[in-house]
Amino acid sequence: MLRLDTLVITQDDFRLTADFSVAAGARVAVIGPSGAGKSTLLSVIAGFYPAASGRVLWNGADITRQPPARRPLSILFQDQNLFPHLTVAENVGLGLRPDLRLSPAERAAVTRALERTGLAGLEARRPARLSGGQQSRVALARALLRARPLMLLDEPFAALGPALKAEMLDLVAEIAAETGATVLMVSHDPDDARRFAPETIVVAGGIAHPPRPTAALLDSPPPALAAYLGK
Amino acid sequence: MADRAQPLSRGLGAGAGIAATLILALTLGTLGAVIHRAGGFGSLGPADWAALRFTVTQAALSAALSLLLAIPVARALARRRFPGRGVLITLLGAPFILPVIVAVMGILAIFGRAGLLNDALAALGAERVSIYGLSGVVLAHVFLNLPLAVRLLLQGWRGIPAERFRLAAALGFSSTDISRHLERPMLRALGPGIFVTIFLICLTSFAVALTLGGGPKATTVELAIYQAFRFDFDLGRAAQLASLQLALCAAATLAAARLTLPAGFGAGLDRALARPDAATLPLKLQDAAAISVASLFLLAPLAAVILAGLPRLATLPAPVWEAALRSLLVALASTLLALLLALPLALAIARTKGRLLETIGMLPLATSALVIGTGLFLLLRGLASPAALALPVTAAVNAVMALPFCLRALIPAARDLETDYGRLAESLGLSGAARLRHLTLPRLRQPLGFAAGLTAALSMGDLGVIALFADAERATLPLQLYRLMGAYRMADAAGAAVLLLALSLALFWILDRGGRADAQA
Repeated sequence: MLRLDTLVITQDDFRLTADFSVAAGARVAVIGPSGAGKSTLLSVIAGFYPAASGRVLWNGADITRQPPARRPLSILFQDQNLFPHLTVAENVGLGLRPDLRLSPAERAAVTRALERTGLAGLEARRPARLSGGQQSRVALARALLRARPLMLLDEPFAALGPALKAEMLDLVAEIAAETGATVLMVSHDPDDARRFAPETIVVAGGIAHPPRPTAALLDSPPPALAAYLGK
Repeated sequence: MADRAQPLSRGLGAGAGIAATLILALTLGTLGAVIHRAGGFGSLGPADWAALRFTVTQAALSAALSLLLAIPVARALARRRFPGRGVLITLLGAPFILPVIVAVMGILAIFGRAGLLNDALAALGAERVSIYGLSGVVLAHVFLNLPLAVRLLLQGWRGIPAERFRLAAALGFSSTDISRHLERPMLRALGPGIFVTIFLICLTSFAVALTLGGGPKATTVELAIYQAFRFDFDLGRAAQLASLQLALCAAATLAAARLTLPAGFGAGLDRALARPDAATLPLKLQDAAAISVASLFLLAPLAAVILAGLPRLATLPAPVWEAALRSLLVALASTLLALLLALPLALAIARTKGRLLETIGMLPLATSALVIGTGLFLLLRGLASPAALALPVTAAVNAVMALPFCLRALIPAARDLETDYGRLAESLGLSGAARLRHLTLPRLRQPLGFAAGLTAALSMGDLGVIALFADAERATLPLQLYRLMGAYRMADAAGAAVLLLALSLALFWILDRGGRADAQA
C-alpha cells in the first residue's frame, strides 16, 4: 500500500498537499488542469524532488529519503525513457543490472520480456530505428523485468495516436496484473481514466484529493474538475 | 523540472574537487610561488608601464580591426551561395588551431622585409616597409582573429529568424532597410562581446609579440614577463607583471561575461537565405570583393609557407624530427590531462547551480602561461633539474591553458545530458563506473573528441613556457622552428612549419573525427 502522509510540496510560490493511501494492486488515474502539480506529485513519489514536509510510505516503510533507484517503483516519463545510443536489449537489460554485466539467465529474461511485449527479434536495434509504439514497448519491457510493486506513468503515451495509446494501456494493465503492481497514471484524457483506472485522484487548487471511483467522479465532477473537463 | 534533488555522487564530487584544486594550485598557487620566491613584489619601471600601454593598445586595435573587417565578409557569406562556400567557412575555423609561429612565418613571407609585398614595392621603385613593432603585431592578430570574428558574426546572422528576412522581402525592403532594421541591431548586440573576446585573446598573446614585437616600443606584458625571467631572472618584477596581467584579464573577462555572444562554435552555419534585396550588381561586386580579399589575406600567407616548405620536408635535419616527436608526446599528455580535469568539472558544473566551479575553470584565461610554468619550476625544482622538467611542465601548462576551451565545448553537452537522461539514469540506479561507461562517455563522445582535438592542436603549436627552460636537446617543434628562424635558416624553417602545420591539423582532425565516427542517434 502506498501512503502519502500529510505530504506538502512547495516550489517557489506553488504549493500542493496530499494525504491519502492507495491500495496495493490498484490502478489509479491522476487528472487535473495543467500546472496543478500532477507530474510534481509523481516526481516526489519517485524521489526526484524533495517534499517540504510529510512522508511517503510503502507498506509502512518510510521511503521519503531513499534515492530514486532504491524505491520500490518504476517510472515512465513523458519522453526520454530510452538511451538512444544503447540497443533495445541493453536498454531493457539496464533494468536488471545498471553495469550491464548480465548472466546468461538474465539475458534470457531480457529476451522473454521483449517477447512478452511484442518486440521479439528487435534486440539489436537502436531506439531511433523503432516506431513510437515500439519505443513505448521497450520501456514497458524494462518495467516488466524490474517487476517493482509500484508503477508510475507520467503520460508516457501522450505522443501516440488514440488506438496505439489504448493498446499500450491494455499492455500496462496486463503487466500490472501479472506482477501485481499498483499503477499511478497521469493523464489529460478522461477516456483513458475510464478505460484503465477504476479509481482517480484529482489534483486541483493545491490539493491532491484521495482516490475516488472514476466513473462516479467523471459523471458528477466537483467544480474544479468540471471546469477542467468543460462540463 | 530544473531543480535537482540529488547531490553530486561521491566519485564525481571527489573528481571535480581534485580538478578544481589542481587548477587553483596551477594558476593562483604558481603565482603565489613566484611572489614568495621573489620575496614580495618588485618595482615597476617606466618600461613596464610602457609594456602595459602597448599591450592594451595592440589588443584594442587588433580586436577593433578584426571586428570591423569581419562585418562585410560575414554579411557577404550570409547572403551569398557559391561553390566552395562550405569549405571556406570550415577553413575559417582553422586559424584557431593554427600554430601561431606558422602564422607568423606566413605573414613574414608576404609582408616581411623579404616578402612578396616588399618585393613588389621594390620592383615599383618604392621604399620597403617594415612590419616589426605595432603594425606587425596587429597584422598577425587580425590574421589569427578575423576568421573567428567572421564565424561569430555569421552565427549572429543565422540567429536572425528566416521569417524576418521573408517579411522584409515581402515588404520590399532594400539592403539599406534590412541593414537598419535587422542587421544593425544584431551587430549592436553581438559586437561588444566579440570585441572583448578577441581583446582578451590578444592581451595574453606571447608568440606574436616575441617574433614580431620586442624592443622598448613593442613589448607586451607577457613578453616583459618572459624577459624578466630569462634575461634578468627578476622574479619579483615577473610576479608583479603577472599580477598586473591577471587584474587586466580579470577585468576584461568580467566585462565579457556581461556581454552577449552567439551560442555554440559553428553548427549549421551552412544556410544561405534567399535575399532578393541583394541581387543588384553593385552589392554582388561588393560581396565578391569582400570574400576574395579576405580569402587572399588569409590563404596567401599559408600558401606561401606551404609552397616554400613542402620541397624541404624530406630533407629536414634530424633535430627537427626529434623535436616533432617530443611535441607529439607533449600534445598527447596535455590532451589526456586536460580531459581528466575537464570532464569531472563539466559534469559537476552541469549538476550544480553555483558559478564557483565554472569561474575556477575559466581562470586560466586570465593567467600567464609563463608564470604558471615558472611557478611549477620553482615548486618542483628540488625534484629534478629545470631541463628535465621542461617537457612535463610544458604539457601541464598546455593542458591548463586549453581547459577553458574544453569546458566551453563540454558544459552545454553535459547540461543536455543531465536534462535529458539524468532522471532516467537515477531511476535505474545507473551510477559510478557504469554510468560513465554506458551513459556519459557515449553521449559526450563528440564534444570530448572536439575538446581533445583542440587541446592537442593548441599544445602541439604552443610556443610559450618551453622557450624559457628548454635546452637544445629538449626543444619542441615550435621552439625548433623559432630557433631556425632566428638563425635565418628560412628554408628549413619553412619545412618545419609545414610539418608543424600538418601535425597540428592532423591531431585535431583525427581526434575530432574519433568523436564523430559511428555516432549513434
